[in-house]
Amino acid sequence: MIVRTLVKLTLVWQALAMTGTVAAESQQIKIAYFSQEQAAPPALSNLDPFIKDKGIPGAELAVADNNTTGQFTGQSYQLDKFSVAINGDVVQAFKEKIAGHYAFVVVDLPADQLNRISAIASSEQLLLLDIATTDDSLRNEQCAGQVLHLLPSRAMRADALAQYMMKKRWQKWFLVIGPTSEDRLYAAAIKRSAKRFGMKIVAEKVWTHTYDARRTAQSDIPVFTQDVDYDILAVADEQGLFGEYLAYRTWSPRPVIGTQGLIATTWHKTHEHWGAVQIQKRFKELAGRWMEERDYGAYLAVRAIGEAATRTQSNQLEPIKAYLFSPAFALQGYKGKPLSFRTWNGQLRQPVLLAAPRSMVAVAPIEGFLHPKTELDTLGFDEPESHCTRH
Amino acid sequence: MKKSVLKAVLTLLLSSTASAETVYVTLEKDNALAVIDPIAGVLVKTVPIGQRPRGIALGQDNKFLYVATSDDNTIKIIDADTLSETARLPSGEDPETFALNPDNTRLFVSNEDDSLVTVIDVATRQAIKQIPVGVEPEGIAVSPDNHWLISTSETTNMVHWIDTKSLTITDNTLVDPRPRAATFSADSKQLWVTSEMAGTLTVLDTDTRQIIKKIQFKVPGVTADTIQPVGVVIDKDRRWGYVALGPANRVAVVDAQTFAIEKYLLVGQRVWNLAFSPDQQRLYTTNGLSSDISIIDLNSHKVTRSIAVGRNPWGVVARP
Repeated sequence: MIVRTLVKLTLVWQALAMTGTVAAESQQIKIAYFSQEQAAPPALSNLDPFIKDKGIPGAELAVADNNTTGQFTGQSYQLDKFSVAINGDVVQAFKEKIAGHYAFVVVDLPADQLNRISAIASSEQLLLLDIATTDDSLRNEQCAGQVLHLLPSRAMRADALAQYMMKKRWQKWFLVIGPTSEDRLYAAAIKRSAKRFGMKIVAEKVWTHTYDARRTAQSDIPVFTQDVDYDILAVADEQGLFGEYLAYRTWSPRPVIGTQGLIATTWHKTHEHWGAVQIQKRFKELAGRWMEERDYGAYLAVRAIGEAATRTQSNQLEPIKAYLFSPAFALQGYKGKPLSFRTWNGQLRQPVLLAAPRSMVAVAPIEGFLHPKTELDTLGFDEPESHCTRH
Repeated sequence: MKKSVLKAVLTLLLSSTASAETVYVTLEKDNALAVIDPIAGVLVKTVPIGQRPRGIALGQDNKFLYVATSDDNTIKIIDADTLSETARLPSGEDPETFALNPDNTRLFVSNEDDSLVTVIDVATRQAIKQIPVGVEPEGIAVSPDNHWLISTSETTNMVHWIDTKSLTITDNTLVDPRPRAATFSADSKQLWVTSEMAGTLTVLDTDTRQIIKKIQFKVPGVTADTIQPVGVVIDKDRRWGYVALGPANRVAVVDAQTFAIEKYLLVGQRVWNLAFSPDQQRLYTTNGLSSDISIIDLNSHKVTRSIAVGRNPWGVVARP
């Protein structure tokens, strides 16, 4: 009798406190944040301190946002963080801590590590939200149905740059490639975009000079860039080992684009439009620093789960995954366009920012680049070009 | 004889007042207020108003303008005749949109960064309450019968129904992504809410707080993600509603009885907010990227002219 009254009271309280229009049942949504400690890379200068926790504050901000919404829908979100030690076994940790325990996993790992865990992750059991890689291969030949990619791929970035170069008619590109395999992948994306948008790679050189460029840049770079007739210098230096030294030291006065100079990125501190000021402020208040790309990726990953959980009133993998891939899914990402996932490879479609260090230069897709469905699909591998068969 | 003279003078006075309609537009980037004579089709003057002015409202007595100067972190009360500042309200940080209750005793403002709605007592100029709402509250409206205060949250994607007496949320309705603006019909029976990221207008029934209709805008030759509904107004007879479609550069004309889309009117670039003329014969639109306003004749549903006003026109009101 007392119990029944209590139940009744609880129901009445829920109906009052929650909402009449949204089913009100307390429901928990657990999200794992899975990463590995990374060694600090060699620094070009002391200007930018190494950020150890890139990604995590973005996820935390999104969980807080989801929970603000959750108080009206009777849902609560929990973020559990797992960081594998530098020398730890990622696969082992994944098997022990994640598989079977979480349906939604934000993955902050390099491409090879992501590949290793997605190989053992069942698409029936979990969804991996990749917030760290930009590899096109992971979105094509090596794609996996249980992986969503939040950051724009290298191809999307290169296409964004190419669109803007086309608009400016700066069509002759001198490509400088760094020493790492990542640099070669970035250069491959630049070459693909050049071909796609009718640009000409008039020269291509691998940077083999010293990285202590403070000493030698003044003499090395003019010689390196001499005797080529080009409009812009495109640099592929993802680690930032030498790219910053190119500007103002070339033989001819030419702008630098690519991984340095005018960069293609999904987030930047100069981005202020479409409500971005609000999230920049909110993030800074939480983390005490500017939001980085990986933070933005983590924010969107957790918000995407939140949005799908709100709409489906579910904490289960299947309905949430189905909603994320449905035409109804539209994520607000402070970019002036609704964000959604490409059904053919799990890539988040999104505008790409073209930013100089202290100025937002343009936002791609650039006006005039048309597409029958959405202009966002002028960036990266469109459906007919996709080599992904597992989505 | 005397009576008829008086009548004639009165008529003359009334008609001259009607033609002396003034449109005020906040210019976000010029930190100024544009004063426009829409009948003559001229920008009369531009006056400095404060840093980054956005939301604007006209008091019920037509004597005062309320202007949110976002970067000054205040809402200014401006004498509409002299355009001089008479008071400032404690809006909290970065005010953008706000609403007055029908008798103008209270002003409600969205505080986007803090997920709050601040309630200000206009007479004492004090913030009397802060109401926690969803993430990034944006649209705000008070029903003409003064029963409901509505707050829409852009990231939570909800319409919060706040009782104006208790100042507490009594209901929430989930709507399409990024709800931007909300407006009531004159009889307070319907609430219309625009969703920027979904390209939709949601019509809600006030009594049940349920969605009665969702309208998806589709403009031939414009991709779906460019259609971003923002400002919305409904005429006093609930015959027509009008929705600004942002970067689609169009105003949708919606039949407020059948909810059919009558037509799309091409206006300036990134059309943002809308205001009726006092007689509801015309509609004024602020076009943020083309730095002008468009005037729509509401009898013919045709755009009759555009007037250059200054950089980033944002909010608009018309005063008789």
